Amino acid sequence: MIPLSWYLLLGAALFSIGIYGVFSRRNAVAILMAVELMLNAVNINLVAFWRYLTPEKSAGMAWAVFVLTVAAAEAAVGLALIISIYRSRDSVIAEDMDLMKN
Amino acid sequence: MVEQVLFVLLAIITLGSALVVVTNRNLFHAALALMVTFAGVAGVYITLDAGFLAMAQLLVYIGAISILIIFAIMMTRRLMQAVEAPFNSQRWLGLFGAVVTFAILAVVLGRYWSPQPNVNNLVASIDPEILNGSVARLGASFVNPDAYVLPFEVASILLLAALVGAIVVAWPKVEDQS
Repeated sequence: MIPLSWYLLLGAALFSIGIYGVFSRRNAVAILMAVELMLNAVNINLVAFWRYLTPEKSAGMAWAVFVLTVAAAEAAVGLALIISIYRSRDSVIAEDMDLMKN
Repeated sequence: MVEQVLFVLLAIITLGSALVVVTNRNLFHAALALMVTFAGVAGVYITLDAGFLAMAQLLVYIGAISILIIFAIMMTRRLMQAVEAPFNSQRWLGLFGAVVTFAILAVVLGRYWSPQPNVNNLVASIDPEILNGSVARLGASFVNPDAYVLPFEVASILLLAALVGAIVVAWPKVEDQS
């Protein structure tokens, strides 16, 4: 059987890769993709804890489904914002999105 | 043993393609690698006996979110083809932050955190009936007033609001059309 800590380490590694992507990428779509990686890492942790600690309850799976839902909503709104900004500013680079800076 | 080899393979696929997602200069290739990452995570769900979630992952992430991201990349394609630096000036600082985050999490997992000493043994001896009924229990808990019926309805309203909001935000402005 696979130890629980392997799943948690996989989740931690995926989350760290997502953090690196969010910090270092310039393109807003790439930042959104890195956020999706982080949400997936959280989901791995939720499902692993569900399976190992409370498989007779449905809390872990239910929250994983909610994370899935929120990720879908976040992707839809985020990409709509990016397309809208691309129309008005002709750029999808995060540093160029400084409309509210001054 | 076979399970562990399978898990390590899935982890390598997932983490390798995730690294491609955050480092590839070509955004379209990064989006394709993101689909591989999602598939790897779905495989991890299957090793956790969560087949329903694996299918939901395939449908929602690979079927919907990846396609949405690829559409967004194509709609902003003119800039994608331009030669530009994919990373900002914080690149090395970001790498440092990510490595520190992973190190802290790994140290905490390895040294300070232990839920129950026999958690890994308990999981093998579980009654298979409990796992077979997990999807039915999940569905029942979504419509049970004592469980998640309110979060479930809030999630549906959130999705509706997000999708309507996405259409409103992405709609061309009136003065653009004239």
